[in-house]
Order: sequence, then structure tokens, then C-alpha cells
Amino acid sequence: MDQISFNYSSPNTLCIKISGDWRISSGLPATEEVISQVFSHNNIVEVNFNASGINKWDSGLVSFLFRLIRECQSRNVGVDLKELPEGVQKLLVLAFKVHEKTEIQAETSGSFLEKVTDKAIAANRSVLSLMNFLGDIAIAFGRLVTGRAYFRRDEFIVIVQKCGAEALPLVSLISILVGIILAFIGAIQLKMFGAQIFIADIVGIGMTRVMGAVMAGILMAGRTGASFAAELGIMQTNEEIDALKTLGVSPVEFLVMPRVLALVIMMPLLTLYADFMGILGGLIISTGVLGLNPVEYWHHTQSAVKLTNLWIGLTHGFVFGIIIAIAGCLRGIKCGRNAAAVGESTTSAVVEAIISIVIATAIITFICQILGV
Amino acid sequence: MEKTSLPVIEVRHLDLNYDDHIVMRDLNFRINKGDIFIVMGGSGCGKSTLLKVLTGLKEPEKGEVLYDGKNFWEDESEQQKIMRRFGVLYQGGALWSSFTLGENVALPLQLYSKLSASQVRQMVELKLSLVGLGGYADFYPSEISGGMRKRASLARAIAFDPDIIFFDEPSAGLDPINARMLDDLILQLREVLGATIVVVTHELASIFAIGNNSVFFDAESKTMIASGNPKEILANSKDPKVIQFLTRGERQGAY
Repeated sequence: MDQISFNYSSPNTLCIKISGDWRISSGLPATEEVISQVFSHNNIVEVNFNASGINKWDSGLVSFLFRLIRECQSRNVGVDLKELPEGVQKLLVLAFKVHEKTEIQAETSGSFLEKVTDKAIAANRSVLSLMNFLGDIAIAFGRLVTGRAYFRRDEFIVIVQKCGAEALPLVSLISILVGIILAFIGAIQLKMFGAQIFIADIVGIGMTRVMGAVMAGILMAGRTGASFAAELGIMQTNEEIDALKTLGVSPVEFLVMPRVLALVIMMPLLTLYADFMGILGGLIISTGVLGLNPVEYWHHTQSAVKLTNLWIGLTHGFVFGIIIAIAGCLRGIKCGRNAAAVGESTTSAVVEAIISIVIATAIITFICQILGV
Repeated sequence: MEKTSLPVIEVRHLDLNYDDHIVMRDLNFRINKGDIFIVMGGSGCGKSTLLKVLTGLKEPEKGEVLYDGKNFWEDESEQQKIMRRFGVLYQGGALWSSFTLGENVALPLQLYSKLSASQVRQMVELKLSLVGLGGYADFYPSEISGGMRKRASLARAIAFDPDIIFFDEPSAGLDPINARMLDDLILQLREVLGATIVVVTHELASIFAIGNNSVFFDAESKTMIASGNPKEILANSKDPKVIQFLTRGERQGAY
């Protein structure tokens, strides 16, 4: 360690000799090591410096000294800065000047009980804010139905296009693949009984009843839910939502309502489209790879897929539309005012929407079971 | 003079909070009609929070805000009515990015006036021309410069001829010439519209150029430590913090 050396000018005073280059680019000595050496003698009362041999320095030296001096302060060891270069002294004085007010303290980790209480209060708040938001949407919907809401048709059509037509390629791809997967999985078992034609039943019922809606829902949560959250989040950051509020316009009515409406209309349609694409995927594999007759496959599908299955699928789609739009818009509206907050709200919009979709699927399936449909 | 008439805005024993901590205590001041009222103080002292409370975006922790003697935070329908009289210029402009400039300015008119579509267009063109953006109605906010965005935002703020206009750091992010232009616009607006103007700023040039009344917030003591005409405050104040602020720290302490 040629940059630093120690000697004792008196038994209780340590003189730290600093020499050579102290630059970030040329490397700095390990501060922890130096500190442990400095304080290896318990009887040190004061530390001073000899910087006569110093060559070039930058904030690397200052950061080292800053850390060292703090350590000295915490151990009640005096520090004499007089011999340091003037620039270093000035920077250190600036760094030690207290700017922040003591009231704004970092969150301290409290006891277990405190943490539980904080979490409970936060959970309570988020439930309340969700309820408020749902209430606002209901009011906005009421105003829309009675023709009192401010509704921009052009913007609504753009949103419908974004979350409907523009999602078609992705929904096509995924639905066809899911249809193919279902057909292959069915084939493995059904081949043993020579009943491959029942692949049509599996694919048809599977897609229309649940899979079409779930796949479309998950895709839309990632695609449209995230974009709603990011869009509204950035509007929040740019004070655009504040500007609406001071104008006396409800952001829910103006921004959330058209998005919820667009997705609630488009999700069942996308579900229908996904069902069809899934069945098509099954048909391609069954006829192309497994050697089934396409006409027979089609007839089997027709007889297996009852209208009830379709309705159940569409109900899924409708519910998912509400879930995705609300999760996206709520996270966007409640977004903090910085770039990281926009990222966080987008992530939570997608995660919450997907979790809710799975839970909703379980609940609908359970209800159908009870109703015997 | 104005003393006998009711102040346009009166703040009584107002406490401001940011999340869980109080940033300002016991604020008391009055803003009279036609004032250009400056709210000044260092960064993070609660100036913008005050603006939020005054414009109805955030309920105060404690205290009252009165507009023409009516309590702003008491009755929601009254609050909505008072808010129609506001124009607000936000720090970043806050233009609605999916709208053209024309649509931005038109929205308040479409919402609260009975003007026909062509009359609205005519108004929009006038307001944009007033801020030097005539002919820009079909541009989107992303297509124009920062200074222009700010001016467009001002056109939106004055769309409905408000009688109270709030400015949040109007010259933030503007070059000196654009900032000066905005100051001139503020003065003209007061003259033409007879509006009362509240400006949150720490831009010294603006403070002295346009302000005729002010309050000074001190983050350390968490309250206002000076009020009145900024020039008079500078001439008469003995408070070292106020003088330091108003002279950019070049003159410390009292004379």
C-alpha cells in the first residue's frame, strides 16, 4: 500500500501520510482495510494527515476521507484536516454540511407487531381505494348511460382498434398453438383406444369453454392492461390528470370509462376469435399429422360444442375484460410521479390482472359445476 | 382601497402535509383582486403542495381556504363551482398528449360553454394567438418545443377567461428570453382579463418583475416568515434567510 502509510507523532496521535495518485481511474486502497489498521490501536485520540507527497487527486480521495472521518466521529476520535489540500478540505466541509431536515427520516424497521400493523393498514387502504375506484366507475357509467358524461367517440374508436383489431395477430398465433397442443395431448391418450376422432371434442370444448378466453385474457393483460397502466401512469407523472381534475372533469369518466368499455366489448369478440383459431389449430394437426378426415373432424366439433360452452367462454371473456381494464386503469391512476413508479404500476397491473383471471376462472368453473352446465 | 372588499382568496391557519409529515404550519394570508401573488421559498418547502390545496387537488391537513368568503373545502358542489373560475398552468405544461393543441384549449369550452363548434374553434384560435401560437391548433404537444408547450398550456389555462390563474414554476425549464416573455404575458393577462394571479416560483427575476404581493415559506421553521410586496420585503426585511434568498445569498444577514 504505497498510497498510504502511518506513523505516530505522539503516542495518541496518528499521522496518516497520503502520497501518490488518488484518482478513481487509477484505483484506491480498500477503505475497510485502512480503517481496521487505523483503529487497531485503541488509544488513538486524534488523527491528522500529511499530504505533502500527494500527486493527483479527485473525488476518490475525498470519498475515502469522508468514510474515514465518519468512522473517526463515531469513535470520538478527533480529526485534523489542516494539512490536506485546500480543495479537499472544501469538498469535505460541503459534504459534512447537513442539508436534510431531521424530520424526514428513512423508514426504520420497527417491531414485528408494527410491521404487521403497517401491512394491515396498507391492505385496508388498497381495498378502500379499489372500492372507491369501482364506485367512481359505476357513477361514470351511470352518467354515460344517461348521456351526461363527456365522451369522445374518436378516442374511443382508437382505443377499440388498439385493444381489438391490433391484437388479432398475437391472439391468432397463440390460439392456434394452444389448439395444436391440446390436439397432441389428446392424441397420446386417445390413440390407445383408437378413438382419435374425439380430439375434435377435446379441442372444441376445451377452447370454447375456457382456453380461448384464458389465453386471450392473459395476452390482453400483458398487452393492453400494461399499456393502459403505462399510459395513465405517464399522464399522472405529467400532471395531465391533475389538469383534468382542476377543470372539474372526472379522470375516471374521461380516461377510465372509454378504456373499460372498449375492453369489455372487445374481449368477448377476441375470445370468439381465439376459440375459432384454436379449433383451426386442432384441425390442422388432426388432419395433417394424425391423418383424420377433416369433414368428420368438423362434424364432431359441431356436435360436441354446445351453445352453453360458447356462452360460458364468452362470460369468461367479458369478466376478463373488466378485470384487465380495471387493473390497468387503477394502477395507472394511482401511479406515483416518477419513471420507476410507472414501471412498478405497469408490472402490478399485469400481475394483478393475470392472478385475478386465474381466480375468476376457478370461480366461474365452480359455479358452472354447481349449476350443472 | 381593497381592504374593505373581500379578498379573492383567504387562507386561514392552514397546515400542509406531504404524506405523513407536516411541511408548513399555520399559514395565514389574503390575496386581493388583481394581485400577482408570489409564493416563494426554497425547494421542498411546500409551495407546490399549497397550490394543490388551492386548486382542489389535495385536501389540507388543517385550516381553511376561502374564495370570496366561501369555504372551498367544505361543500363539494360549491368547490366545483369555484373551480370553474380557475385556470392552472402546470410546471411541465400538462397538455393532454393525445389531443392536439386546439383540442386541448377547446376542452374547457366544450365542457362548460354553450358555444357552437365554429365559435369554439374561433375562441381556440384567439387564445392560441394570444400566446403567440396562432396556426398551431392542429399540432400535437409532442411536435412542439418546451417553451411552446408552456405557452399552449397557458392558452388552455385562459381558455375560459378565468378570474384566478395559478402558475406552478412558470419559468422552469425555459431560457431567459422565453421566461421573460411568459412574465410579460402574465402581466398582460392581468390587465386584459382583470384576473388574480398566483405564482409559485423561486425565479428571482420573475418575482421582482411581476409580483406585487407575496409570502415567503421557510422550510426550517415550517411557516411563512415574510409577506408583502417582494421589493419592500427586500428593502425592509431583517430576516437573514429572506435576504439571503432574495439576493441569491450574495448579501447575508441584515443590514
